[in-house]
Amino acid sequence: MSEQLILKDLTIAYGTRQKPVPVISNLSLTLEKGEIGCLLGKSGSGKSTLLRAVAGFHPLLKGSIVLNDKTLASDQINLPPENRKIGFMFQDFALFPHLTIEKNISFGLNKLKNIQKKSRTEEMLELIDLSRFRNSYPHELSGGQQQRVALARALAPEPELLLLDEPFSNLDEKSRTDLSVDVVRMIRQSGCKALMVTHNVKEAQTISDRMGFVEDGRLSRWSQTSSDPSRVHVICA
Amino acid sequence: MIKTRHLAATLISTAIVSPVVFLISIAFSDSFTSWSALVSETVISGMMTSFLLCSGVALMVCLIGVGTAWLVVAYEFKSRQILSWALLLPLAIPAYIEAYVYLDLLHPLGPIQSLIREALGYSSPKQWRIGDIRGLPAAILLLGFVLYPYVYLSTRAMFMSQPGNLLQAARSLGLSEFAAFRRVALPMARPAIAIGLSLALLETINDIGASEFLGVRTLTVEIYTNWNSKGDLAGGAKISVLLLSIIFLFAFFLRDKKNQASYRNARGAKVIQPRPLSPRFAALACVVGWLPVVIGFIAPSGYLIFQIMQRMDGSEIFTPAILEALSHSIQIATITTLICIFCAIIFAWSARQSVSSLASTRSSSINSLVGKIGYAIPGTMLAIGLIIPYSWIDKQINALLSLLNQPTIGLLMLGSIAGVSCACAIRFIAIAIGNINAGMARIPHSLDQVARGLGATSFTLLLRVHLPLIQPALVASTLLVFVECMKELPVTLMLRPLNTETLSTLLYADASRGNYEESAMAALLIILAGIIPVILLTRVNQTGNNIQ
Repeated sequence: MSEQLILKDLTIAYGTRQKPVPVISNLSLTLEKGEIGCLLGKSGSGKSTLLRAVAGFHPLLKGSIVLNDKTLASDQINLPPENRKIGFMFQDFALFPHLTIEKNISFGLNKLKNIQKKSRTEEMLELIDLSRFRNSYPHELSGGQQQRVALARALAPEPELLLLDEPFSNLDEKSRTDLSVDVVRMIRQSGCKALMVTHNVKEAQTISDRMGFVEDGRLSRWSQTSSDPSRVHVICA
Repeated sequence: MIKTRHLAATLISTAIVSPVVFLISIAFSDSFTSWSALVSETVISGMMTSFLLCSGVALMVCLIGVGTAWLVVAYEFKSRQILSWALLLPLAIPAYIEAYVYLDLLHPLGPIQSLIREALGYSSPKQWRIGDIRGLPAAILLLGFVLYPYVYLSTRAMFMSQPGNLLQAARSLGLSEFAAFRRVALPMARPAIAIGLSLALLETINDIGASEFLGVRTLTVEIYTNWNSKGDLAGGAKISVLLLSIIFLFAFFLRDKKNQASYRNARGAKVIQPRPLSPRFAALACVVGWLPVVIGFIAPSGYLIFQIMQRMDGSEIFTPAILEALSHSIQIATITTLICIFCAIIFAWSARQSVSSLASTRSSSINSLVGKIGYAIPGTMLAIGLIIPYSWIDKQINALLSLLNQPTIGLLMLGSIAGVSCACAIRFIAIAIGNINAGMARIPHSLDQVARGLGATSFTLLLRVHLPLIQPALVASTLLVFVECMKELPVTLMLRPLNTETLSTLLYADASRGNYEESAMAALLIILAGIIPVILLTRVNQTGNNIQ
């Protein structure tokens, strides 16, 4: 079994089916098991829309999405988001404000028995080092802590793919650097693939195994991340 | 030193709270009915009926209000935009009018049963008819279809401000669309549902017209009967005190422990985007969404228009009785509105000027809280609580006039338009206070400081800065209070002068005699007045202004 994410000839549009306005055109990429991919691009280039389409929140106009040999979306198939086994981390973290940290993390563990649910939640709380805040509400935590909770919640159900939409954009420079290291560690530990959207080149370079640039709805130079700053500069120029 | 404005605000607060104090004192005076007699006869059955009515109405308004709010926020279908404001229309129809119309519509000789008989080939009600619809289930259904907009309005506003990301996060964590609604959107909307529900239940408890007409003997109806038929003021006051305790207990339990502010963790997140439905589901959504509007507004007002048109051939529509009632309604509504706006401005002015002083701030917040109490007291209780102070004021005025060797003027407050207006003002002042305070809150304090720095006194500041800036709130308050007075029934019914009718009491009297269609025009005038706040609320939704 191939453990890849394959996006093939994706075209995503807004507007009606009769008068579509394409945001992403014929985009293709592949992400291998355990890899972290980064999509760079300016605001409005369509990179967040691409993530939303992969997660199942936006329909495809054309193309297909295959994850671990299973077709999630194509001309005939369109699996609902809850059946895709994809975790999503939002720019504003989207923590449920009416639930405690513990309940936020265990939110997606409905299919587990109570005892397993409890132990998995405990494991995630320890992983993000926030066990003492289990009964706190999201607004009682700092931005960095909220971000960790959002990551733990997304990883708790053991998704096959994790999508991250500008996960560090709401944080200050120091927290951003500290947390990006933690995030990479947690993703690597979980063993899932991750596709991240950012407009920060340094961040992409530090975190990703592959990166590419989305401009006017098209992906260019999707390749392994180079540590050579001049190459990154060329990509983003 | 206590400033005049604080003193005035405190005096107004005292006047608002006085009916409750007098109710308690009458209830514990030893005249007429004893507590034990009340408990055994009336109260237990009345309490049970009120409890069942409130439970049924709560279920109905939550189902319809929350369901329709979610429908128009989360899904895209034809007529969604029109439906989203049309769902407010039943607010324009007082429950008693709804009851009169539906009882007529569904009467064995009414149009619906006649049509069914015709279709089935029967010629007489003796051959086929549905029994009398009067009773608790009918009251629950009718009140539910009239009062759901309270829940709809507050819940829709909450759904519209919820970040769409939260639902998407829930879906990506494995929840179906319905499960995401149940576990995320609904719990987050709980405070808004509680606000709408408490308003709907206060209206249910306040109602006497519909309940009495449908033969449902709630505690409120018992209070009215005790006073009206038996002249037993103490008995009415005793039941009132019991009911008031239940209302305050209910308010205590309904308050949501989680502060709404704690839900604000989404920073500028995108709101829920309505999802287009397939043609089949869109048609279903249309039918389900429009059903409450048809039952709650279109059918009753359409039937009233039909009845008026039928009468246009034979007799005049604007009879002298209706014109006289209209004039009385307008008089009461105008005086009440003036009192409410004047007092609310004093409240807001006092609160505005007390920011710097801790003691004044405390007294201002107490005043503001007291202002809201009036709306929580059902009209019948308010009327009973005001009978003693009104007669005391009348006695004092006449005694003073005698002392000055002037002719006495009889009853100035009790059984007078002034008395009814003051009672209505106590009941509806909360609406004016809410709006004017909200308007004041939007004026930056720096403007006050600049004006004071330029030599303006506190009063000049109010006249030249505050009042011009809160003009929209003043207009909204004026309209809302005026319309509420035009619709008001219980207070007017109990405190009006002898042989003086307003639109609502005329309709009540005709309905009691079994010929409400005589006052169909009065009912339509009340509904037309009631549409004004609906238009206001729609405009608020479009402009984003804040009307409470």
